[in-house]
Amino acid sequence: MSKISPSVEEAVSHIQDGMVVMIGGFGGAGAPIELIHALVERYKKTGSPGRLIVVNNNAGNGAVGIAAMIYAGMVAKMVCSFPRSTDPKAFTDKYLAGEIELELVPQGTLAERIRAGGAGIPAFYTPTSFGTLVAEGKPVAEFDGRKYVQERWLKADVALIKAELADRKGNLTYHMAARNFSPLMATAAAATIVQASRIVEPGGIDPEHVVTPGIFVNRIVEVPNPKQEEALLREVTK
Amino acid sequence: MTAKLTNAQIAWRAAQDIPDGAYVNLGIGFPEMVAKFKPKGREVIYHTENGILDFGEAPPAGQEDWDLINAGKKAVTLNPGAAFFHHADSFAMVRGGHLDVAILGAYEVAENGDLANWSTGPGSVPAVGGAMDLVHGAKRVCVITDHTTKDGRPKLLKQCRLPLTGVGCVTTVYTSLAVVDIVNARFVLREKLPSISLDELQALTEATLAVEGTVKDLIVPEV
Repeated sequence: MSKISPSVEEAVSHIQDGMVVMIGGFGGAGAPIELIHALVERYKKTGSPGRLIVVNNNAGNGAVGIAAMIYAGMVAKMVCSFPRSTDPKAFTDKYLAGEIELELVPQGTLAERIRAGGAGIPAFYTPTSFGTLVAEGKPVAEFDGRKYVQERWLKADVALIKAELADRKGNLTYHMAARNFSPLMATAAAATIVQASRIVEPGGIDPEHVVTPGIFVNRIVEVPNPKQEEALLREVTK
Repeated sequence: MTAKLTNAQIAWRAAQDIPDGAYVNLGIGFPEMVAKFKPKGREVIYHTENGILDFGEAPPAGQEDWDLINAGKKAVTLNPGAAFFHHADSFAMVRGGHLDVAILGAYEVAENGDLANWSTGPGSVPAVGGAMDLVHGAKRVCVITDHTTKDGRPKLLKQCRLPLTGVGCVTTVYTSLAVVDIVNARFVLREKLPSISLDELQALTEATLAVEGTVKDLIVPEV
């Protein structure tokens, strides 16, 4: 059994047109830049994979990462909580021109929908968004005297994730607040593709410290010294 | 023009009511200022939605680690005893009733506790972030805001006109003129600036300000 992929290009080579792609990260923290750009390069060369539905907290910043995917024209729809950033031009222009769809999901609901997707729970009730525009059209039920909104699970064909350490069996650790959505997304995708700063032998991660158990991980590619989205953006604007 | 508190003074006043040992979430922007005015001797543990408990001040310029940020995507540091966790755990802390205080900004607050603070209506790109989650679950949901809009219209209303963030969720409003609790779908005036009369304050407030017992003077130092 090997989950190790020889290159980022190979790691993303199975992603196809129209897939739902969950991408880890909150702002720049945890964005798997090398995996994303391998996918953008493939699209620029071959025209595939296009019409992607991308799930992330945000909708890109500047011209790197998810913003690069949007500029390339490979994203049909964003599922996110906060499609704003210091430089949201990539998404904003296409959204206002009607060229990209938006499904706006409150941040905690987004996290829980992904968790539910990974946990085999098709729907759940949350107090979040009750009585707001976001709840329009969704079933409401009362529990113990309070009203709650029904939300559906969210699953993906693929998750792209950035980890700090991976072992060959796919156990992962993350770097500080870069973990954010990634452990959830790893559970909710049919195929979870991980870029890790370092791949170690099994046993190289203390079982007490494993954040994502290897059962949720399908492909791992080593990317030493990965780029950090926020740091990249700051270099560009200097 | 009536004298009014600055934003820093509103933040100071809100900070005085955060008890020792509280777990607190401060909204992005203006509410972040509350942390500066934590009374000495109190320990407050700050939660940020993106997955940290017990973060501290910003690091010196040049020493940022951009994987260590708050919900406003600003670089932060860690206090001893800090913890990282994923987003589902983070919002379990929020919705599950584990936070003691959440402090948010507002476009409008209604006397029944409805809050509008995420959208000024159609025409722009909608973005909600964690606001709709944060208004549910914290034991106290506090709003800090100017008492009126820039052009002088009341922000404390009978009913919100802008799209709601949450229904019946606000417990206390700290404004540039007053401190108002929301009790049984009414604004109850707790404190007001000594320089403004109750009638003047009421004229700047759309819904009725109820008075129960004494209204204290709202006295805030220059900060």
